[in-house]
Amino acid sequence: MTVSGARGMFSAYAPILVVAALLALTPLATSANTVLNAMVLALLVALAGQGWNILGGYGGQFSFGHAAFFGTGAYGTALLQARYGLNAYVAFAAAIGAGAAVGAAIGFLSFRSGLRGSYFALVTLAFAEVFRIVANASPFTGGAAGTLLKLDVAPGNFQFASRAIFFWIALALVTLVLILTRAIERSRFGAYLVAIRENESAAQALGIDTFKVKLQAITLSAAVTAAAGAFYAQYFLYVNADIAYGAAVSVEALLAPIIGGLGTAFGPLIGTLALHGLAEGAKALTGRIPGIDVALYGALVVLVIAFAPKGLRGLAARLGRGLSTRWAS
Amino acid sequence: MSAPLLSVQNASKRFGGVLAVDSVSLTINAGGITGLIGPNGAGKTTLFTLISGFERPTSGRIAFQGVDIGALAPHKRAALGVARTFQIVQPFAGLTVRENIAVGAHLRHARRDEALAKAEAVSERVGLADRLNAPASGLTIAGRKRLELARALATEPTLLLLDEVLAGLNPSEVRDVIPIIQDIRRGGVTVLMVEHVMQAVMSLCETVFVLAQGRIIAEGSPSAITKDANVIEAYLGHGAAKRLAARDVAHG
Repeated sequence: MTVSGARGMFSAYAPILVVAALLALTPLATSANTVLNAMVLALLVALAGQGWNILGGYGGQFSFGHAAFFGTGAYGTALLQARYGLNAYVAFAAAIGAGAAVGAAIGFLSFRSGLRGSYFALVTLAFAEVFRIVANASPFTGGAAGTLLKLDVAPGNFQFASRAIFFWIALALVTLVLILTRAIERSRFGAYLVAIRENESAAQALGIDTFKVKLQAITLSAAVTAAAGAFYAQYFLYVNADIAYGAAVSVEALLAPIIGGLGTAFGPLIGTLALHGLAEGAKALTGRIPGIDVALYGALVVLVIAFAPKGLRGLAARLGRGLSTRWAS
Repeated sequence: MSAPLLSVQNASKRFGGVLAVDSVSLTINAGGITGLIGPNGAGKTTLFTLISGFERPTSGRIAFQGVDIGALAPHKRAALGVARTFQIVQPFAGLTVRENIAVGAHLRHARRDEALAKAEAVSERVGLADRLNAPASGLTIAGRKRLELARALATEPTLLLLDEVLAGLNPSEVRDVIPIIQDIRRGGVTVLMVEHVMQAVMSLCETVFVLAQGRIIAEGSPSAITKDANVIEAYLGHGAAKRLAARDVAHG
């Protein structure tokens, strides 16, 4: 490899490792379960958002129904263990596969019919709702009561007494997807995905099989979001239809990257940390006024869309450029 | 004898009640620059969309290097070596010039660094080398036309379809782009161009097809075409050829 190539690799991946290393220190700074719990949840939302970002941020295909993948991951791992007695790790991997399969199926049907923009968004929303209603009604999934996993704390069961372990595993997953996303950015697949986002006709004219690329993107996107769902079920040892397939999941998955920065590797993580930090801070300051976090989410979305359409990531880059030109002059 | 590079046989395209392309047949051999001209609404761009695959012909056959490509999707035709530019430029606005061209280069180069290197080489051929890191959205219309050309060229086509790459350019910009098209031809790429800028058609094309109301009404060298009675009538109206001839006689 050339020197410049090695330097490119370093500047591409080093920030990811630095951020991951810093975040990994969190459990050493605090042993408070509430903090760790909030951090695990934030990382799960970040992971779901990272999945959404592959399809929506890079590929420009806005899904309103990523709950379909999150929920399939959650129910997949729960049902395979509770009903079939599978090992937790095997169930986890299989649940990711199931989420990817659901993604491929929804993608095949939507993209084959040429659905774009708001039509694609509505169809994904409808799919997620169908999953939610079926999961809520079917005895197989435990109906409205949901599915409970047996508490049996042992590393072999993917159950740990310490929340720190869950935190580190969630962080490892987020880091893995950060690296994956960066690798996509630097690949032909990534270039094709962005080309489709920018202009699908021009992409076709340049020889891109847009159907195939979108199908690969939604499959990968669904797999990542399903991993978040599977981890969720493993962490709480419980899942029901509203948690797994509820519209709130779909909204969180798309909010994080939009706030943080669409189509950037760090966008979902930055967005989630900003949103959750703000929500937790507001709850602490206002003495837990019900719904204050949701109201703040709304306000932040409006502010970001109005003043920083490229998200916090883009805003930071803009401020950085502004400062450096001021120093230079 | 080998098959012609492009052979269109009795191709028609109907949009509802409008017959945009009416049993057009034309043959293009490898090498050279062929022009496709005609009044507005003649069906030139529609014929391009049929050849590049964005629309399927209602009837007729389109063969590229002897292979029927009439039913293939656009990306498959691009892979075979048919590239097109768009009359209304379609840049990837959020990407840099380099990234735009690299998307085209990726068709033959899977590796990112190879595609970026290819993009640089192509940018020099079309005169965009100094704008490689500029966002495509920041280019002037002349720059966007060059970018359109560069992206198509980066796919390493055998046949390049240029849809009015000179439209909207001022005369000095047109003079700048003409040598680029000549250079592309010298590089072994066959060019079929729709063009309204007659100065360019006259200086670039060896053969010109004239399309009017969906039909080919004339074919020949640029100088022969401009004297063709059918062509004059198509552009200037019924009886124009006769009036012009009469005026020429009167003015001796």
